[in-house]
Amino acid sequence: MTSFLFLFMILAYTASVLAALIGGQDKLGALGAALGAGAGVALGVSVIASGTPFSRVLPDLIPLTGGFVIRLDALGAFFLILIGLIAIPATIFGVGYTATYENEHVSLRFLGVMFSLFLLSMSLVTMAGNVLTFLLMWEGMSLTSYFLVITENGEESTLRAGLWYAAMTHAGLALLLAAFVLLMNGGSSSFTDLRANSATLPTATRDAIFLLAFFGFGSKAGIVPLHVWLPKAHPAAPSHVSALMSGVMIKLGVYGLLRVVLDLLGGGPAWWGSLILGIGVISALLGILYALMEHDLKRLLAYSSVENIGIILIGVGAGLIFHSYGLMSLAALSLIGGLYHAINHASFKGLLFLGAGSVLYATHTRNMEKMGGLIKPMPWTALFFLIGSVAISALPPLNGFVSEWLVFQSLLAGFNIPKPELAILMPVAVGILALTSGLAAACFVKAFGISFLAIPRSAEAKNAQEAPLSMRIGMAILAVICLGLGVGPVVVVPFLGKTISGLGHLPEATPRFTSDLSLRTPDALGKISPALAAVGLLLLLTLIPIMFSVFRVNRRLRLGETWGCGHTGQTPRMEYTATAFAEPLRRVFAEMYRPTKELSIDFHPDSKYFVESIEYKSEISPLFDRWLYDPFLKSVRFFSRQVQHLQSGSLHLYLVYLIGLLIILLLAARWL
Amino acid sequence: MMGYILEIAQALLALLLAPGLVGLVRWLKARLQNRRGAPPWLPYFELRKLFGKEMIVSTNASWLFHAAPYLVFASTVAVTLIIPLIAVPLPFDSVGDLLLVVYLLLVGTFFLSLAGLDPGTAFGGMGASREMTVAAIAEPTIAVAIFSLAIGAGSTNLGQIVTETLSNSDVSIGPGHMLAFAALFIVMLAETSRLPVDNPSTHLELTMIHEAMILEYSGRYLALVEWASWLKLLIFFSLLSNLFVPWGLATVFTPAALGFALVTLILKLVFFAIIVALLETRIAKLRLFRVPELLGVSFVLALLAVTSSFLLK
Amino acid sequence: MPSLFQLIFRTGIVTESLGTDDTKTVQLAQRIDESARRLLGRSLAIREVDAGSCNGCEIEITGLTSPVYDSERLGIHFVASPRHADMLLVTGPVTHNMEGPLRKTYDATPDPKLVVAVGDCAQTCGVFRGSYAIAGSVDQIIPVNVFVQGCPPEPADILRGILTALERAPRK
Repeated sequence: MTSFLFLFMILAYTASVLAALIGGQDKLGALGAALGAGAGVALGVSVIASGTPFSRVLPDLIPLTGGFVIRLDALGAFFLILIGLIAIPATIFGVGYTATYENEHVSLRFLGVMFSLFLLSMSLVTMAGNVLTFLLMWEGMSLTSYFLVITENGEESTLRAGLWYAAMTHAGLALLLAAFVLLMNGGSSSFTDLRANSATLPTATRDAIFLLAFFGFGSKAGIVPLHVWLPKAHPAAPSHVSALMSGVMIKLGVYGLLRVVLDLLGGGPAWWGSLILGIGVISALLGILYALMEHDLKRLLAYSSVENIGIILIGVGAGLIFHSYGLMSLAALSLIGGLYHAINHASFKGLLFLGAGSVLYATHTRNMEKMGGLIKPMPWTALFFLIGSVAISALPPLNGFVSEWLVFQSLLAGFNIPKPELAILMPVAVGILALTSGLAAACFVKAFGISFLAIPRSAEAKNAQEAPLSMRIGMAILAVICLGLGVGPVVVVPFLGKTISGLGHLPEATPRFTSDLSLRTPDALGKISPALAAVGLLLLLTLIPIMFSVFRVNRRLRLGETWGCGHTGQTPRMEYTATAFAEPLRRVFAEMYRPTKELSIDFHPDSKYFVESIEYKSEISPLFDRWLYDPFLKSVRFFSRQVQHLQSGSLHLYLVYLIGLLIILLLAARWL
Repeated sequence: MMGYILEIAQALLALLLAPGLVGLVRWLKARLQNRRGAPPWLPYFELRKLFGKEMIVSTNASWLFHAAPYLVFASTVAVTLIIPLIAVPLPFDSVGDLLLVVYLLLVGTFFLSLAGLDPGTAFGGMGASREMTVAAIAEPTIAVAIFSLAIGAGSTNLGQIVTETLSNSDVSIGPGHMLAFAALFIVMLAETSRLPVDNPSTHLELTMIHEAMILEYSGRYLALVEWASWLKLLIFFSLLSNLFVPWGLATVFTPAALGFALVTLILKLVFFAIIVALLETRIAKLRLFRVPELLGVSFVLALLAVTSSFLLK
Repeated sequence: MPSLFQLIFRTGIVTESLGTDDTKTVQLAQRIDESARRLLGRSLAIREVDAGSCNGCEIEITGLTSPVYDSERLGIHFVASPRHADMLLVTGPVTHNMEGPLRKTYDATPDPKLVVAVGDCAQTCGVFRGSYAIAGSVDQIIPVNVFVQGCPPEPADILRGILTALERAPRK
């Protein structure tokens, strides 16, 4: 059964690549990709449900260091499901979305091929059973996504974004290569052997592997300060690709981290977890703070992905800390919280990117200051975007709440850590996580309220039209997933328990979660039932109109002008803008943003009491761009300019170089 | 069965008491201004009047403007089903814990802010922006105060916290409890739009937070929104009193115990009404950009609370 | 130096009783109290509109909410938006500039609603009659329930006007 599903998945993706290659068959290609993703989900579910990993060895495919090894265990299967769940709606959405490219200089054929290859390589990353397979597929995923990012290559900024992405992801790859070389220690490269031998490695090596792997995978996941490519690359890519990159691909960084640190290395000292937790906290806070200041809708979502990766890493980090102290059930709780947030973030961020895509499709702008009032021409998109916004703001009964609750609970259990100096840091993490979720709510009130409510701020927004059916179906699927994950933790949590059991000698965590419609955490820290809460809310909502008719309240309704203290005629310029909405928070966190202000007033030539125009410019400067990347890039440029002098264009000089090099080599061979 | 009846009774009781509580605060404040003031039961008449009036909705408004009052009201009433008002432990205790309470209240704030943006006025946007700012900055204090309570009780569920405090009374006079109480008290002022964060009796659009968002509402929608905000005050008062001073809550469901619980609940609410009225007479409204400092103080208090609960455990 | 609360305590309630010299108002208030079924009887929200007054009337209206007159004891309070209001308290002759806003305010107030025009100007345009800037008296722009005479009228007169309008309001 599992081999059939595996073959079907490979065949479906191959068929979709072929269909795209032939050209003009983008619906067929999408069907293939969706079928492949669906087979992946089925494969993942059957692996987790049966508890037996699926493996295939193809030594002849690439006759090098162990060949091509496929081995899908529960952890990989979970991420395979995650890929499929987002890939199916994104593919369906893509059918309608790419139709806009028909008149532009974008090769639909190339886009289709890369899209399917991207999905295939991501799926195979989760199935890799040895280092070679893993790195090959990892690089395949990076390359295909790079080509997808630069789809709209007519724009200068897109190419720059692609460059940033390629540079960051390959820097990450270099770190990963080093990590795996250290991990292999000259021996076998299969994950099974690595797992068995990792305990014998010296502590310093293990620490080095951890650091290399954390920052290597972190560059893909988008942790601060390696997050700079996200807000550049995600907005540049086509929206269904952004959904996949933000929703799924960056999660594979988390997958890799779990695979290497928890599975292959079998966990480590408490400082590993503390580092992950600390970076997670910083990523969460900085991510959402920058998201708040954005008025580019897709860049806002990209920054918010940094925040959510932070929350996932808080769960993972806390899990590793508990793991190092042998608090296994709490470790399981934290990891389940982290993984739950991973799949939640995939679903609501996928949904939000698709929503932003359909706004972009209708208005041709990503600038929120030019939107407004879209809820009327685009009611479905608005509803789906609202669902995504509520979910990402962690409001019950949607899914963001459940995973944040789990992460909160695991941090609350932090007082069980025997080391007080570490335990006392947990409340700080709780506070920052809470601040993050409050700011996220503010951020998405802004994102939804400014883009979709009130009156249109531009002609494009006024004349916007609802997205075509395929795009709405794509969003609807994800909205349903958000709701399902929100009310069904009773089903999801035991499933996640199976996913992580056995990782780093974690016990089977499933029995600790009872399933009487409510979710309890082990060691009885708290219990909630999102399903019952949802039912209760629904009941109360229906009760209000019933009470209205019982008590016969006045039901007359009259439409009138908006009350504006008697002004004549309301224009969009009177509305609150995205910038104004975030202004109080910008002032509160001014230390962080360091905003620059520029005010120029043109007076009437006759009197300074009459003003002709006022221009106000305010910008925030991203901390890391200025302090980390700008100096680095400057020094690289300086260095390359110095090197430039070597290349004078004179053949004689080059001959001198050659001879010099030869002499040095000969001398080296002589003495070494 | 008795438990479920009590749950419903609790919610109804909260709905019934909330307008009176706000009326009482207003009356006390009037007395402190040497005025005679409106009778405490005026808010009941206000509600009846608003339910009887017609409604005017802006032509710019979308369906969200119509949905928001229902969502705000329902989510607030849902909270009254979870928190302990007169009896513990009740069956819905396992449906939600303190975190759910906090996030349910955030649902109301979220949708009310959206509704403020919907008609497209500058005032609505201003109110929404400020409300979300204050809500976001208040969030960490609440979470950390919950942390300190959870350490003491070993649970974030309200029933568990209350039972634990009842059975182990020296917890409640420990420094952890005291500090957490102070932190939550400050947050309560911010969350329920009281002075010094927001002035509930202001009519100047530029100084409003809560009222700026609801300037467009009228008739029954206004009634729902106002009732929900009054309920929120009652919720915070009873959380502050029943989590930190739970004595009087009925642990057995006999008429005598329940009656006694009802009387103590009302006494506690009156006590908080007096404190808030005295405070609002004494202090002036803070500038909006000084509010984060106040909430920062509350966050530090909450952190100290956790530290001391942790050290004493 | 006495503390604030000592001062408050020593001063006591300064609100003047309705009963001492103003029997007419007392009777009016009692009658309205009796017919508490009236929709606007107990809780009345007022939006004040200055349609062009010299602000003399505004000063008197401010007196209404002072501790001495304390309209709140009768359930009368001022609100920020006509959407929340039951009654418009209009002052001054209506200027051309305020004609539109006055109409808009009237439209923005949900039914049932009352209009009380305060001051002589509101009824007759007073000394401003015939001015090029004046659109007319209040009742030429929106329907008025009660006029309160005086230039400016005392707070007690305004209170009586409000109560009279309430009494004349149509039953639910």
